[in-house]
Amino acid sequence: MAGVTLMKTPAETGLVQAFETVKATLPGDVESRAQAFELFERNGLPHRRVEEFKYTDLRALMREVAPFAKVPSADEAKTALRDAKALAEINALQVPFVNGHFVRDAVDFKNLPEGVEIVPLAEALASGHDWLTRLSPVEWARQNPVYQLNSSFMADGVMIRIVGQVTTPVHLRFVTSSASAVATATRVLVLIEDGASVKLLETHESTNGVSHQPNDVVELIAGDQTNVHHVRVNAEGDQALALSTFAVKIGAEASFNSINVVAGSATSRHQVFAILNGENTKAQINGATMLKGRQHGDSTLVVEHAAPHCESRELFKTVVDNEATGVFQGKIIVPHHAQKTDGRMMSAALLLADGAAMNNKPELEIFADDVQCAHGATCGQLDEDLLFYLMARGIPKKEAESLLIQAFLGEAIEFVDNEDVREALVHTVEEWLKART
Amino acid sequence: MLEIKNLVVQIEDKRILNGLNLTVNNGEVAAIMGPNGSGKSTLSYVIAGKEDYEVLDGEIILDGQNLLEMEPDQRAAAGVFLAFQYPLEIPGVASMTFLKAAMNAQRKSRGQDELSTPDFIKRVNAAAAKLEIPKDMLKRALNVGFSGGEKKRMEILQMALLEPTFCILDETDSGLDIDALRIVSEGVNALRSPDRSFLVITHYQRLLNHIVPDTVHVMSAGRVVKSGGKELALELEANGYADYRESEAA
Repeated sequence: MAGVTLMKTPAETGLVQAFETVKATLPGDVESRAQAFELFERNGLPHRRVEEFKYTDLRALMREVAPFAKVPSADEAKTALRDAKALAEINALQVPFVNGHFVRDAVDFKNLPEGVEIVPLAEALASGHDWLTRLSPVEWARQNPVYQLNSSFMADGVMIRIVGQVTTPVHLRFVTSSASAVATATRVLVLIEDGASVKLLETHESTNGVSHQPNDVVELIAGDQTNVHHVRVNAEGDQALALSTFAVKIGAEASFNSINVVAGSATSRHQVFAILNGENTKAQINGATMLKGRQHGDSTLVVEHAAPHCESRELFKTVVDNEATGVFQGKIIVPHHAQKTDGRMMSAALLLADGAAMNNKPELEIFADDVQCAHGATCGQLDEDLLFYLMARGIPKKEAESLLIQAFLGEAIEFVDNEDVREALVHTVEEWLKART
Repeated sequence: MLEIKNLVVQIEDKRILNGLNLTVNNGEVAAIMGPNGSGKSTLSYVIAGKEDYEVLDGEIILDGQNLLEMEPDQRAAAGVFLAFQYPLEIPGVASMTFLKAAMNAQRKSRGQDELSTPDFIKRVNAAAAKLEIPKDMLKRALNVGFSGGEKKRMEILQMALLEPTFCILDETDSGLDIDALRIVSEGVNALRSPDRSFLVITHYQRLLNHIVPDTVHVMSAGRVVKSGGKELALELEANGYADYRESEAA
């Protein structure tokens, strides 16, 4: 294919036009946006011949581009947040975004929990805030077309700084709400200073029945001896095309625990780019994905052990029903100097129907010679013997299946330390199981 | 009352049961003995409703209901309980969650209300104490990391809580030490009643010293070839299965 230029698809043409139209209205330096967009435009929407998008052909999946969302009115924002339910009951500092715009009124800036500082991103971009130099900390993300689109179009978001032990969870609520489809690009940067600890919740929701196109990026720079618990929930509407990136750089002697739970979207692709950047850091990165109907759910993961003596565990569980398709692509990278790396990645999928499909692609890229790394991938059906055992005790088949599916996903969810959040996630699984036909 | 008539069963084209006839009356403890491969475990699975077996002929009637037309969960609701020879480990399913799901499912199918949590816990604790099952065992995932003896006690605990009318003990004595055998047997004996019958499958007379049967049936080549009282078990212990193997060859 070398030397052949592909024709632009309607979606690509739409993105070029959209960028020309909105770039002058977006906050901050147009030049850096233009650079990001140029990087994107060079290759266009990634398709199946691009290795990282082999199983999620965005060129085919994104037929057209929805118009970028406008700033919602105060009432619109209020209604949207009232209707958004994901983890809404959890006691937390809520930091909401509606249609890609930070809802400033929803945050009581005078009474933020101790150790939490929040700067609205649109203002920061416009005024040139000091922290902006720390945006885009991860090279893997900068090379990624989905991330490049967010960098081109990001309209708003926040930058959050965490100092010391913050016990109140910080809940980033991304809500897209409108009767007609919109595209959004929200960016959040979380700076966690040395020795600080934080519990970060992230929920993503959008109107059912509308083909919204959110593209959200959360970036996190955690210093040395930090402790981070991160729970992300995709509860997007049933027609959403949801693209998202979680880019993380972690210092030394830190503890990092993250899970992404997918229960929504028609199509979703969630990308995690994590760099373990200091020695003796431990990271646990999990996923629990539930797909049904004709849903397509992609979890893509790159973990770079950039320092020696780090440990990482990746555990991804995917349940695929009906004619849905699951994708797991996970890569652990260990450069020459990262000796004594200990990395273990596991992806397990449960196929509940004949039409269900799973693409499992674990990879290790190891250049150091004194490491322990392993990966595993399984695809299977529910164990008939276990089902018989449960049914022989009087449990009807569907309920027996539900128990086994819950147990399967539970292995990834049990790492969540906040009991209320864990229960809410279990409830999400139960609701999904109830809706199974 | 359980009545099995002319039961013919195969698995993957291999005939396992060959016209088996057996009747177990209400309140009766029937022991089934027989050499390896005579079809004892197959019989227990077929009564409980495991899918892998193909029933070619015959019928299994429990209290007037045709079990062969029912799913395993419906058979359980109708009163069948199979204590597995090798109870399965189910990672991620807490023992208590499982017990509650099973008890409530059966109550639901009988038109009873679900148990309240305190009532449920009270029942489990009482039954567990009798079987010397420590509480921390119930906090673990079902059968995961349990010893052989613990798994068998867990089976009897389920039997006690589900209150079935027809209990099958599939080599419940295998893998048990003397103390565990006593505890399990006492647990079973405590459940004996005029409206509950038992089918006790075993290789050894030893178990029948603890759970004394009313009738003993010898199986060979997929059929009951001899029936008698409890003295038949002693006879088998003394002489072995040699006589019955010959009938197999004939």
